[in-house]
Amino acid sequence: MKKTFKLIDLDCANCAAKMETAIKKLPGVIDASVSFMTQKMTIEAEDVDAVMKDVVKCCKKVEPDCEIVL
Amino acid sequence: MTRKQKKTLYRILIAFVLFVVCLLLPTVWLSGPIPPLSVVQDRNGCGTYALARWPLFLVPYLVIGWDVLWKAIRNIMRGQVFDENFLMCVATIGALIIGEYPEAVAVMLFYQVGELFQSVAVSRSRQSISELMDIRPDYANVEREGQLVQVDPDEVAVGDVIVIKAGERVPLDGKVLEGNSALDTAALTGESLPRDVGVGDEVISGCVNLSGLLHVQVSKPFGQSTVARILDLVENSSEKKAQAEHFITKFARYYTPIVVFAALALAVIPSLLDGQWGTWVPRALNFLVVSCPCALVISIPLSFFGGLGGASKQGILVKGSNYLEALAEAGIVVFDKTGTLTQGRFSVTAVHPEGMEERELLELAALAEQFSTHPISRSIVTAWGGTLDQERVTDVEEIAGHGVRAVVDGRRVLAGNGQLMDRENIKNVSDHDHPGTIIHVAADGKYAGHLVIADQPKATSAQALRELKAAGVRQTVMLTGDAQGAAQAVAQELGLDRFYAQLLPADKVERVEDLLRDKGPKEKLVFVGDGINDAPVLSRADIGVAMGALGSDAAIEAADIVLMDNDLLKLPVAVRIARKTLAIVRQNVVFALGVKLLVLVLSALGYANMWAAVFADVGVSVLAILNASRMLKAK
Repeated sequence: MKKTFKLIDLDCANCAAKMETAIKKLPGVIDASVSFMTQKMTIEAEDVDAVMKDVVKCCKKVEPDCEIVL
Repeated sequence: MTRKQKKTLYRILIAFVLFVVCLLLPTVWLSGPIPPLSVVQDRNGCGTYALARWPLFLVPYLVIGWDVLWKAIRNIMRGQVFDENFLMCVATIGALIIGEYPEAVAVMLFYQVGELFQSVAVSRSRQSISELMDIRPDYANVEREGQLVQVDPDEVAVGDVIVIKAGERVPLDGKVLEGNSALDTAALTGESLPRDVGVGDEVISGCVNLSGLLHVQVSKPFGQSTVARILDLVENSSEKKAQAEHFITKFARYYTPIVVFAALALAVIPSLLDGQWGTWVPRALNFLVVSCPCALVISIPLSFFGGLGGASKQGILVKGSNYLEALAEAGIVVFDKTGTLTQGRFSVTAVHPEGMEERELLELAALAEQFSTHPISRSIVTAWGGTLDQERVTDVEEIAGHGVRAVVDGRRVLAGNGQLMDRENIKNVSDHDHPGTIIHVAADGKYAGHLVIADQPKATSAQALRELKAAGVRQTVMLTGDAQGAAQAVAQELGLDRFYAQLLPADKVERVEDLLRDKGPKEKLVFVGDGINDAPVLSRADIGVAMGALGSDAAIEAADIVLMDNDLLKLPVAVRIARKTLAIVRQNVVFALGVKLLVLVLSALGYANMWAAVFADVGVSVLAILNASRMLKAK
């Protein structure tokens, strides 16, 4: 399953890359892509909704200002 | 500018004014000891107290830098140490400690100006790229209870009738029930020539209705309409990242810690040796400012994004940065013949009469063939072009697999292949070795000549192949199921390097695999087809290009790059855009890394101050962004 989320206030390209790396390492996540240019995040997982809680937590840790629109 | 950007701008202005005030203020002399104060000697040698300058400079410093400080503290608490906020804090606080107050404030100010500029530049280019791709229809006009109402295209069901007024965007795919108009397809195909549509024609969502009022019966729900599929594809294209992008994010992960430890070493080791902490610590602080990798990391996705946007403006949809990157290395381009290099429809290429005029022969054949629906018959009627009087023709008989027999103006006319002529005992049939299908014509038992009918190359194919060569493609190859003769004629006319004829669909995959084995290590193989029956080859090639994809789901699905219209000239354009994108990516990497290295070396030697270091950070990012935004104007 694949889902795309909009990101608000993703300010730096390096943070986007860091977020992507961190999310990819989460259990249950098959693949993730954070696009700084389109301010979007695509998560591929067995059950996207189930991992989203971890994803949000992970994003908050890497880039506290960035908000995921669920 | 967004609200956040405006807020930053005001903060910068306030901090700048405060900073200037601080610089202009004279030292205030006081008579009593109030900390933080320092003892100074006045000109007469009398001891007195002076208000230290640093608390003053602390005001603009905090106005401009409080969020950087706050973010640094917050990120350290979360275990994220080496981020740019932390580095800026260490660098500027270090400057404050060693007494360079104006420098500390100025560097922070300059940094924020750069960050603001960078943020504005990125959102500008993001916006202009999004505008390029903006083909999303806002509403559809539906007739409900005799009244025209505007509804969300999503709410319109298949079979509903929508009304499209002049100047409006076609919101959904459908068929024209009523009205005539010209459609502007530029947003989809990059083609500026409007397309005429009338009753019964299919219209595609995303086009703009230029002139008349159209009543259209919807054939697909919005989610499956052309415009929704294209938008989906374009929006997801930055998800597939290029090698260069992966490389740079990986590089950034090592770059920052290395520079930070280098800074630490530079601050401590030489100072322990010569004891001049005041010389080495400021130099090390410069290192910290330069160590931020943002300029590198931002410029690459931005360049690719610009390339994707520039391409889609030309009617070229690239499904990912990785394909754009691969296309720049295109060495072998393999074409399917029918529908790609050729028009995929038959037309009369030669008329060879015997004992009559060319027009006469053509008219005779057209009259005899006018009732047939066979593509070859249609091509003869089209070639004749004039009106055909049905009453001149009687006793029409179609002989399957052979041709037509009819009575035209009282003459017994035969039109068909050689076998028909044999069967009817026609003598003196001339048989040239023409590529294509031959239709012989006989009148009253006498041979009258023949027409050559072939699938003609597209007008732009030869030029497209020349331009591909000019763009650096080494070899062009054609694959076709046609006979050797027909294939050779087309290959020679268009100037292809190689061709393989009489191939079955499965053979095409095999040929492509052979070519893949033979290609150079850094070359990429591109396969171009019309998306019909060549999905396996499209996916086997390094890059599969489908053309004429307007309305073809299979092609959009199977290909990596989609040319929206049938013009092969779009292919060299795509290659040029890819090459230019990669060139800009390379320029940005070399430029950003070069400036950073230079400033690092100069800082270590003591020739660069913190201003240069801030330039190497934010200044370089801004220049890289400006360079990347050139892609938007790519042709």
